[in-house]
Amino acid sequence: MSTMLHLINKSPFDRNALDSCLRLAKAGSSVLLIEDGVYAALSKAESAKAVGNRMDDLTFYVLGPDVSARGLDDKPLIDGFTVVDYGGFVDLVVEHDVAQSWL
Amino acid sequence: MEPWEEEEGPEVVKRFMYVNRRAPYGTIYALECLEVVLIAAAFDQDVSVVFVDDGIYQLKKDQDTTGIGMKNFSKTYRALDDYDVEKIYVEKESLDQRGLTADDLIIAVEVVAAQNLRGIMAQQDVVISS
Repeated sequence: MSTMLHLINKSPFDRNALDSCLRLAKAGSSVLLIEDGVYAALSKAESAKAVGNRMDDLTFYVLGPDVSARGLDDKPLIDGFTVVDYGGFVDLVVEHDVAQSWL
Repeated sequence: MEPWEEEEGPEVVKRFMYVNRRAPYGTIYALECLEVVLIAAAFDQDVSVVFVDDGIYQLKKDQDTTGIGMKNFSKTYRALDDYDVEKIYVEKESLDQRGLTADDLIIAVEVVAAQNLRGIMAQQDVVISS
C-alpha cells in the first residue's frame, strides 16, 4: 500500500484545509505543516485539540524556517511534532509514494 | 480662480480605520496594508489600526525570516509611532484563540474585547480591510 505525505500551507483559523486533511488522512500517513500552516503546530492555539485527536495514528512534521520566520521559536509546539528543515522536507517527499497539497 | 483650484477652507479630518486580518508572509496583504497605513499617515488624518483574526500574527515579536528568504517587515510596525499613529488596537478574542498575549507582540497595543471594538469601529468615516 502506498504511503502519503499531506502538505498544509494555510492557517487553521483562516481555512479548513487542516480540518479536511485530519478528517480524510488514512492512519499511517504523514502531515507536514508549511508556510501559514505552521500556526497549527502551536500547543496553546485552539486548533491544537483537533491535531491531538490524530496524534496517535498520523505522524506530524513542521517546517522550521517557517516557524522561525513567524517568530514562533519561543512558543511550545504540540508534543510529538518533528521540526524539519528544507532538506528534511525533500527527504519526506522522497520517502512517501504520494504528496498531496491541501490548497 | 481656475476650476481645479480649491478654496482655502478648514481642513477636513476624517477617521480612517485599517483592519488587518491576515498572517504575514503567506500572502502579500499584511505588507501591503502596512505600506498603505504609513502612506496615509502622512496626510494628517485620524488613523487607527486594528489587528484581528490572523492579523495579530503580524505583530508577533522575534520574527526571523533568514530561513525563508523574505524581507522581515515586522520591525516596520515600530515606525507607526514615529508617524503619530497611536491608536493601535488588538482584539482580545483573537489573541486568546491563538494562545498569545500582549507580551508576545513587537509593539505596545491596546488590547480590546470585541464588545468594545464594535463601538470604535462604528465611529469611523472610512474602514479599509485586508
